Amino acid sequence: MSGLKDAGHLFRFAGLFVVAFLVFLLVRGFVVPKTFGQYGHYRAAAIGEIAAHPVKFAGHQACEDCHSDIADTKTKGAHAHVNCEACHGALAAHADDPASVTPVKPDTLVLCVRCHTASAAKPKGFPQVDPAEHMGGVPCQTCHNPHAPAIGSDAGASAAKGGAK
Amino acid sequence: MNGVVGFMYPNEYALQWSILIVLYPYITGLVAGAFILASLVRVFRVEAIKPTYRLALLTALAFLLDAPLPLQLHLGHPERSPEMYFTPHATSAMAMFGYVYLWYLMAVLVFEIWLDYRRDIVILSQQSKGLLRIVYKIMTLGSSNISERSLHIDEKVGWVVTLIGIPSAFMLHGYVGFIFGSLKANPWWSSPLMPVVFIFSAMVSGIAAVMLIYMATTKLRRQKIDTRCVDSIAMYMFYIFIIDFSLEMLDLVHRIYEADESFRSLDFMVHTRLYLSQVVVQILIGTLVPLVLLFLAQVARLSEIARKRIYVISGSLILISVFAMRWNVVIGGQLFSKSFLGYTTYKMGLVSREGLLVALGLTVLPILFLWVLVKLLPPWTEKPLPAATGD
Amino acid sequence: MNISRRHLLILLPAAAVAWKYVEAGTPEASPNYNKSEHWWGMLINIPKCIGCGNCVRACATENDVPDGYFRTWVERYHVTDTNLTNPEVISPDGGKEGFPVAQEDAGKYFFVPKMCNHCSDSPCTQVCPVGATFVTPDGVVLVDQTYCLGCAYCVQACPYGCRYLHPTKHVADKCTLCYHRITKGLTTACCEACPTGARQLADLKNPNDPIHEFLKTHPVEVLKPQMATGAKAYYFGLDGSVR
Repeated sequence: MSGLKDAGHLFRFAGLFVVAFLVFLLVRGFVVPKTFGQYGHYRAAAIGEIAAHPVKFAGHQACEDCHSDIADTKTKGAHAHVNCEACHGALAAHADDPASVTPVKPDTLVLCVRCHTASAAKPKGFPQVDPAEHMGGVPCQTCHNPHAPAIGSDAGASAAKGGAK
Repeated sequence: MNGVVGFMYPNEYALQWSILIVLYPYITGLVAGAFILASLVRVFRVEAIKPTYRLALLTALAFLLDAPLPLQLHLGHPERSPEMYFTPHATSAMAMFGYVYLWYLMAVLVFEIWLDYRRDIVILSQQSKGLLRIVYKIMTLGSSNISERSLHIDEKVGWVVTLIGIPSAFMLHGYVGFIFGSLKANPWWSSPLMPVVFIFSAMVSGIAAVMLIYMATTKLRRQKIDTRCVDSIAMYMFYIFIIDFSLEMLDLVHRIYEADESFRSLDFMVHTRLYLSQVVVQILIGTLVPLVLLFLAQVARLSEIARKRIYVISGSLILISVFAMRWNVVIGGQLFSKSFLGYTTYKMGLVSREGLLVALGLTVLPILFLWVLVKLLPPWTEKPLPAATGD
Repeated sequence: MNISRRHLLILLPAAAVAWKYVEAGTPEASPNYNKSEHWWGMLINIPKCIGCGNCVRACATENDVPDGYFRTWVERYHVTDTNLTNPEVISPDGGKEGFPVAQEDAGKYFFVPKMCNHCSDSPCTQVCPVGATFVTPDGVVLVDQTYCLGCAYCVQACPYGCRYLHPTKHVADKCTLCYHRITKGLTTACCEACPTGARQLADLKNPNDPIHEFLKTHPVEVLKPQMATGAKAYYFGLDGSVR
């Protein structure tokens, strides 16, 4: 058909598209990550990569494995459900290598007041005091054992010793 | 927290989408609008507008080439943007961008321009010297066939391309409206009207842009502006603007009437932080004034000069108004907290990567592109081109 | 140091456990973690929260959260005159250092910890253009930070404001439900640090999980239920004024 000869330029234009598409498919084969689409529209390997992030808080189980007597003291008191690292901070480094990483004892005048400063915003049943009235700058552990905070509990005053025996 | 009033979720203080994201829909809107003007000539055979046909196509191309730049500058990792081509997520409106853009650029705009200009390209490839000759030769794709029959085929195919181009232009800009309109998390954006409003305001802005560019370039070439042409363009601009305004007022009235949980917060925002850009610039100066002026030009018997002045003023105000509309949508949607209890401010940088200077540069750049395109593919011929050799 | 036999009996298994971790380095997940056996969520007990900010600090430590950005935060509500539609809410630095002392008045106060809700129909994963954020088979919404473009569409799509663009990595970031911890049998950092048990991890596929039991026997709700996101952060004792 003579018409085709006069439409040759159109085929050339279409040809550009075909070539571009083939190149695209080729590049795509190399570039798209291998695990993409395994579970859904994402790179499945990312799940494992994220799961492999380092842990900074050891978790109370790790603490209790070594510091069982502190754990025992705690279960009898009001802080039974306060996990160790809630006060002592992230200590996975210490749990992994107890000898070389020594935790710093928290300053009770900073730590305890965070939770126990009285505020109308806090739940009514929660133990809270006005720090100035209550102790006026005297460190909390002078009278309270942080691991069994009720006054008169058997651990007594200034018994906040750490370390495995 | 400077600039924050009331309560906002802590991660909401800083805006995520900057002036560059205001610019992107504005630019693609100009593209879509310019193309619609061209399609009025090609598909709907509005002969009066013919003098702007080629200019409209080149304008669309110039802006389309500029369009990805604000996006690239905004991305945290622009080098990863090819991922949108390799693994586009089918549920994401934004993932459409790569393919819609490419389709519109190559299969619609470049194709149509090439078909319309092919005769000129072949002739220029034979007449030019040096580097320019090589450029034209490449553009011919190696075919120098400009026989009657081949040009006739081009005409027919071009008509089909323009026809397909109309919904493609709607897609190119409509999907941007959908990006905003489909987010249930943001009540300022979430609306089925959003893509429609975007498309109509795009048409108005694109038509205004081509009209102004036509008038400016004609004046620069010391030629006479075709009054019948601009009269016709202004008429379309006027009617489409009425539809656009009606849609936006519908959204507003609906919002005020339903007064859902977000209303009080949004209402306060419009009356305070968004007052200047929305009420004053977009609505009063940018919409009501041009509508009144254009209405006068339609019904009152005004002189040519008066009408042309009205068109220039209206067209300019429309361009400002549509930009303000994009600003009010994008920035406005981020100024209020999703808790409906607070507001923040947009701190636009000056020389930063997403700052004002970059935005201005990206607005001027398409004019530069257009200048190059006009030089390469002149839309107007003072004298007819001579017959080519080997015809 | 005198090591008695009793202490040895405690030390040896502890050492064995510790050695397992040392040996494995930081394992991807414990070897017997099966994604299909878990469906993670969290229970937040409002009456128990005292606004101490431990969770915010712990999360920032565990996950290297940059200053000024929050994977979790605590809000304090002050509702007066039964005006549920316009409560007074504050979250100073996300509640990281706790809250200022409140004075007694006729209104009610309470704290609301917030985080990613790990929605099962998450709008953020729906809008990601490239598949950089996703819901894992065990119900955790994560971000693949080597794939993310940093377009911030997901940040816009989240109704809860829990996402942000990381200021130096320039990718989306948010709570991962401490995925690197829960896959090893640990709990999340925020739950570990919470002194009152206001935050508890929940495994909705585990019938023996006590939190699962709580969810079945107490009235709980999610934030912005009208958004139908399938949120899995369940709140007990949530007031109607909470945004």
